[in-house]
Amino acid sequence: MENIFGHANYFIYIMLMMIGLYGMMAKKNLVKKLVGMNIFQWSLILFFVSIGAKDGGTIPIVEGAHGHGHGADLLIQASHYVNPLPHVLMLTAIVVGVGTTGVALAVLLNLYKKYKTLDEDEIIGKL
Amino acid sequence: MYDSHFPILVVVIPMLVSFVVPLVGMWNKKLPFYMATTAMIASLATSIGILVQVLQHGPISYRLAGWAPPWGIEYYIDHLNAFMTVLVCFISVLITIYSQKSITQERPDKEVHFYCILLLLFTGLLGMLVTGDMFNIYVFLEISSLSAYALIAIGDEKAHFATYKYIIIGTIGACFYLLGVGYLYIATGSLNIHDLSTLLPPLYGSKVIVVSSIFFILGLGIKMGLFPLHTWLPGAYTHAPSAVSAYIAPLMSKVAAYVFIRVLFTVFDIRFSFETLPIMEILGWVAAVAIIFGSIVAISQSDIKMMLAYSSISQIGYIVLGLTMGNREGFIGSVLHILNHAFMKACLFAIVGAIIYRHGTRTIERFGNLHRTMPWTSAAFAVAALSMIGLPPTAGFFSKWYLVLGAISAGKWAFVVIIMISSLLNAVYFFRVIEHVFWKPRSGGIDLPIERNEAPKSMLIPILVLAIGILALGFASHWIIEMVIGQTTPAGIL
Repeated sequence: MENIFGHANYFIYIMLMMIGLYGMMAKKNLVKKLVGMNIFQWSLILFFVSIGAKDGGTIPIVEGAHGHGHGADLLIQASHYVNPLPHVLMLTAIVVGVGTTGVALAVLLNLYKKYKTLDEDEIIGKL
Repeated sequence: MYDSHFPILVVVIPMLVSFVVPLVGMWNKKLPFYMATTAMIASLATSIGILVQVLQHGPISYRLAGWAPPWGIEYYIDHLNAFMTVLVCFISVLITIYSQKSITQERPDKEVHFYCILLLLFTGLLGMLVTGDMFNIYVFLEISSLSAYALIAIGDEKAHFATYKYIIIGTIGACFYLLGVGYLYIATGSLNIHDLSTLLPPLYGSKVIVVSSIFFILGLGIKMGLFPLHTWLPGAYTHAPSAVSAYIAPLMSKVAAYVFIRVLFTVFDIRFSFETLPIMEILGWVAAVAIIFGSIVAISQSDIKMMLAYSSISQIGYIVLGLTMGNREGFIGSVLHILNHAFMKACLFAIVGAIIYRHGTRTIERFGNLHRTMPWTSAAFAVAALSMIGLPPTAGFFSKWYLVLGAISAGKWAFVVIIMISSLLNAVYFFRVIEHVFWKPRSGGIDLPIERNEAPKSMLIPILVLAIGILALGFASHWIIEMVIGQTTPAGIL
């Protein structure tokens, strides 16, 4: 049980990812596919943020923090800090996700103007 | 003085110009074309400078903002990416010159934005090539994919639906790649390619590494259009504007193939790819199926762009097949095929664009008498088609020759047979087109006076340069292999 609760983030990330994949594959409405794609992308962000997070960790600013001033202390205290790198990577990934959603919505708008529907089967029928 | 900054300049020049293009485009619609061409020529000159440096002094490592490698982003250029950078820049310059007439006719209102996004796509492709950082590759991969979505969407009436499919599938591919990076980061705490290659070998038994390698193969397989993951490719190549097809088809899948080589042979070394998991064994058969599947489906197409798209799927199969041989000949065959196929597909899609420009058709049955109306274009088509089939002295023969040599020395006779069969299938579908172009009269238009109606010079010259390039690459292939490609074989491959 501890294994499950201790890694709750990772179980939720896998669940979200599967929900997203299901949405993209099984849903016939193109907007629902897009929602699935977003869930899929955000599940990755949960995953990356979980890598860096730490119970009781503090912000990774060395200046003025406890243990500052002595080289040996700094090394020992390193385990108190949260790893900022995965979080910073996710800032970029969020921007990419917003960009992808924007392009997809623009394409959807054009599809709707042309076919007056967003149902995949109906659009394929009209192609 | 600036030559030590070439690795960053090659990416930054087109990126900065692409931001200026929409502003300039507000008061002059003609200027963006010249700006894009100039930026690409500048990048081409820079990339040639990089290649010369690499050939003379060995690999270049460039530190962005002076941060030392595992912490900062490093641009690392060895023979493989120096050569790929020159290839991408060269094809880009030619296709941009070619695109002016074509895009003005097909999408007259979209010129300015076309060149802005084309430059961004170019930036993304170059960035993926020069960078030595796994996450940086993801960012540039997404820059190039997002620009490609936008460019494909301005195509014909079915383009939007094809683009939507590509967005959904392409995003899954990019996310899988990112997951692979994440798992590697958990295991090693590093994102630098060369740092990873030293940190990973002791960890090969770990399940995390195995999972990450599988995510990489799936993600990059989607981006390359490797057989069971290819479903976005035919629609995207077919319905894009013809200049965009001529740009995306030769370059995007090739750059993804480059990242694939990087991941499987530099990040994971050859021991992992061949021994820890049966990755290469499986990929070899997947590639073999891709080759046969792509060729057979291509035969049944009546739309020439669709035919070329399916032929691309089978050509990606060749590139992956050569990598799975695990010997020097196979690897050289793959890298040489990246080069040759980029030239052949750029030439073929450019020819199709020229035919659409003059005759407004892409149905093969309506190509009759084309050799009378467009003699130079038809001649270039014949050269490119013969190269696709693999007849000497065209370039296509040499890469297939090396692939066959690789298969023989690996003792994989089944693959030799598959390469032979697929060459025959290639001959079937290209000779069908050649028959219509050179021997059949035009159906439908009965007794139309046949006037010479050659493509405009700005389209014809890039096509002819590419066609001559195919022949030149054939004659120079020995020299290219000795000077450049021979140096790219990863450690451990004999």
